[in-house]
Amino acid sequence: MIRQDFSRIDPKRRTTLDHRKKQFATPTYQNLEYKHRLNFYITPPTADITLEQFEQWAIDRLRVLAELEACSFRNKSPSETAEHMKPLLQKYLPLSATSSGSSNLQAERQKDHYSHFILRLAFASTEDLRRRFSRVETMLFRLRFQADDLRDRGAFVESLSLDWETVGSEERAMYAPQLQAAGGGFPKNIEEESYFKVDWERVPELVENRRVFLKGGMAYVPGREQLSMVVAEFTSRLEKALELTSRALPRLDEDDRLTPILNHLSQNFTTPDASYSTSATALPGADISARNVDTLSASFPLCMQNLHRSLRRDAHLKHYGRLQYTLFLKGIGLNLEECLVFWRSSFSKITDDVFNKEYRYNVRHAYGDVGGDSNRRGNGYSPFSCQKILTEKRPGPGESHGCPYRDFSVDNLTALLQQVGVTDREVLKGVKEDKEKTKFHLACNRVFDYVHKQEIKKVKDDGTWTSAQLETLVHPNDYFKRSYLLKNLGKNPVEEEMEKVKPDVEMED
Amino acid sequence: MPHSVTPEEVSTPVEATTSQIENNDGETQMTEGTLTAAESEEQNGDTQATDSTNEDITMGDVGAEQKEQPSEESMTAETKPEVKLEDLFADMTSDDEFADPALDVKVSSSPPEAPFSPVHTGPISRASDSDVMRSFYQRLFPWRYLFQWLNHSPTPSTDFGHREFAFTLQNDAYLRYQSFRTSDLLRKDVLRLNPSRFEIGPVYSTNPRDRKTLRKASAFKPIAKELCFDIDLTDYDDIRTCCDKANICNKCWQFITMAIKVIDVALREDFGFKHIMWVYSGRRGAHAWVCDKKARLMDDQKRRAIAGYLEVIKGGTQSGKRVNVKRPLHSHVARSLDILKPYFEDDVLQGQDPWETDEKFARLLELLPDRTLNEALKKKWSSAPGRSSTSKWADIHTLAKSGVSKALDTKGLRDAQQDIILEYTYPRLDIEVSKHLNHLLKSPFVVHPGTGRVCVPIDTKHCEDFDPLTAPTITDLLREIDEWEAPEEAESEDKKLQDWEKTSLKPYVEYFRSFVLALMRDEKDVKVKREREENGEMEF
Repeated sequence: MIRQDFSRIDPKRRTTLDHRKKQFATPTYQNLEYKHRLNFYITPPTADITLEQFEQWAIDRLRVLAELEACSFRNKSPSETAEHMKPLLQKYLPLSATSSGSSNLQAERQKDHYSHFILRLAFASTEDLRRRFSRVETMLFRLRFQADDLRDRGAFVESLSLDWETVGSEERAMYAPQLQAAGGGFPKNIEEESYFKVDWERVPELVENRRVFLKGGMAYVPGREQLSMVVAEFTSRLEKALELTSRALPRLDEDDRLTPILNHLSQNFTTPDASYSTSATALPGADISARNVDTLSASFPLCMQNLHRSLRRDAHLKHYGRLQYTLFLKGIGLNLEECLVFWRSSFSKITDDVFNKEYRYNVRHAYGDVGGDSNRRGNGYSPFSCQKILTEKRPGPGESHGCPYRDFSVDNLTALLQQVGVTDREVLKGVKEDKEKTKFHLACNRVFDYVHKQEIKKVKDDGTWTSAQLETLVHPNDYFKRSYLLKNLGKNPVEEEMEKVKPDVEMED
Repeated sequence: MPHSVTPEEVSTPVEATTSQIENNDGETQMTEGTLTAAESEEQNGDTQATDSTNEDITMGDVGAEQKEQPSEESMTAETKPEVKLEDLFADMTSDDEFADPALDVKVSSSPPEAPFSPVHTGPISRASDSDVMRSFYQRLFPWRYLFQWLNHSPTPSTDFGHREFAFTLQNDAYLRYQSFRTSDLLRKDVLRLNPSRFEIGPVYSTNPRDRKTLRKASAFKPIAKELCFDIDLTDYDDIRTCCDKANICNKCWQFITMAIKVIDVALREDFGFKHIMWVYSGRRGAHAWVCDKKARLMDDQKRRAIAGYLEVIKGGTQSGKRVNVKRPLHSHVARSLDILKPYFEDDVLQGQDPWETDEKFARLLELLPDRTLNEALKKKWSSAPGRSSTSKWADIHTLAKSGVSKALDTKGLRDAQQDIILEYTYPRLDIEVSKHLNHLLKSPFVVHPGTGRVCVPIDTKHCEDFDPLTAPTITDLLREIDEWEAPEEAESEDKKLQDWEKTSLKPYVEYFRSFVLALMRDEKDVKVKREREENGEMEF
């Protein structure tokens, strides 16, 4: 791409050019003309750019992608994300519409094109990076696709020449009721919408949500769902390309100018949701032991309180509940031995034999005591963050894991909150509103602020805690840690703990 | 992390290495139970694999006996060099053991009648007796069709050879990543290890036994598996009144019948799958195996899409209203509702009577939207204890019509009633089984160790007729063989019957065979077609 070794003949030019004229010739493929604002990134860039541009463009794109990823971790809705990203995109990666007639049109698109391919190199190396890269690139693509003006978009889709079979008007009329039902009652008049017929495997997203009509393995996709199909196409092509890039990567090793930049780029792409480190939550002096979990549970977030209550009520938890709770307990500093003691004593209705056979292994696996090499080396799984809990499988019949703010009906949620001592009408109303807006973490933080309002006021007045220490909670273990610290302010946790925590609300109900 | 080895754990009989079982998918298969497997097990497998390369590949290889002996020897030599082969297998009627594969392979050949001791088959013998189990796998299990089913052609291919099998041994140790080149080798290992059950996993990109010899772990990944569904009656515990936990009766089995009808038609009509086999899980549920090539090759995302498409009941017991389908109803939901309505009236309202008592009908009232109407219903029902669910269901309609509630939203009420029908009838799938390519599922025709019932296929055309309580049990079957007498005008010598043909397993094996044949025919067509296409291109 930026080869400066002039003594070698570029293999692509070799056949077509007389070597004596070579230095006067322009490479035939140099400047791609970007007809559309959007790009499927099929043709790699071939023109020369400077090292500075190489680095700067990549960093600019990375900023955008990292911010996009952060938005998804904060559970922002698509419209909020679009709003949030607008200024950033304008600053780092502007892309004007064809109709704008901007003079920078080609330069902007070139930067977009090149930066994408640079990052592809940087993020092709490991499976994890590839997955994250294709995820955020897809998000970016989707964002831009939606923002694109209609004519541009139409022309772009046209240029992709995807093989979609159009549904004839006769067939459309025949399946009209089914097609309308799949569209949620739209279109009112079947004539208003055009339909494509594709293999259902190409639109798994739409199938999963029952947003298309299926017949014999073909999905009838309405024109307005074009987005999802184009995006799916984009992702699948990108994934394939990344796979190929990763295989070609080793050949880049000889280059000592690009490799450091690329490595640097990929390292800086850290997850904002950084995996949870146990050491950061260690609470010196706290009595974290199996017999003390009941007491400690007063400081647990609602999801864990719910698990704890279910466990005490049924003397049992189903698999995902056990997993979520075990990892949380691991996160608060309960060691493996104590954790096994805890589970053993909690499952009071079963025999030692059954426990050892069916449950012990799971707990040890979660702690990384058994299992595959990587599991043991990584000390098992990390405690679930709110993000993880919200993206995991929702609880089914008889299961208690997940996030109560999401998985409980409003009535049940209110009842549960009242049981744990949150009775303030304003707070309950607020929680209900948060839930309706699917801002589950806001609801959780609201409850936290209510439960700890005196302590929070105190540390704010004293100025002992900085505002950084009171930012929004997005991890159950952070919730516990902060709650515990607040409740034991200025005291030696071990001595005072028993008096300090509020009456135990866990038992008997 | 310290190893916390406790005495209980060491006490498991056989051995210690836990390395055998790797959780490459920690979430779905967090293997429960102690994991044990002697290294020798694996080595044995390896020697078999290498040895078997000398063997003829075709199924009809009668000479397998002689060639297999050395591998057997090498195994024993490894574990206990000083013990003689005969001594080791003295209690297993050793000759039949190894002569049998050949018989099994050739349908026409006759199984020896005398050597099997009838002792095991008496009425007193328990289903889980390991000898009884072994006789079942030796004499009745349809190995040949199992092989053809998974291999999709008569000649051994990687479809079968790279397929993972997992054994649950008698001591509850769980042995993963077993693979076999042919059904004979699988059969032999099943007879040797005598597992209480075995499960079928995905086809991997390389032989599962070689997974540790690969330089890159990523070279070992699952590439194909049937799309599976698992329906279990325990998931219906909050709505069934007749039984709970592991118990079932004909009343609650109706839930499974409904589920099969709804899911089967959706898979066939909507997704266009053709080769769908339903199998009784042996105790309280049913499994579906969708075997079309397209289904087998789906990645997790597509599996998730199908699972999501079919999932209507969401959330746990705490989530309040659990069915929230969009209106107008999607064609799949509408069709399901049509199928389920009659069942709702007969099997749920009458059969289960789910809202009999005060606390039970409170749940029904929770699901209805109109408060005034609810008050009126509550009053009426509380004053008439024991009013049947059918009448209560009708009351909703009559009271709504009588105009108790002025502001009644009739459409809302109708929708709520539809949702209730769905909540009480719509299939409750264990969705995790369907979502992941590398999920293991119990093989058809395996004996359920708890009940002794054989996991027989259920013919979807007559699935109402299937009665789980009369599904063949292992003891019955073995008795049937013993009681069987050749008909007088016995057909000519060369047409000897297989053991399964003498028992009530016959219709099930025949169903399985026709299913497998249809599947193989389709696969063959595809292959021929592709070859033709390729040839065409070559000429061009």
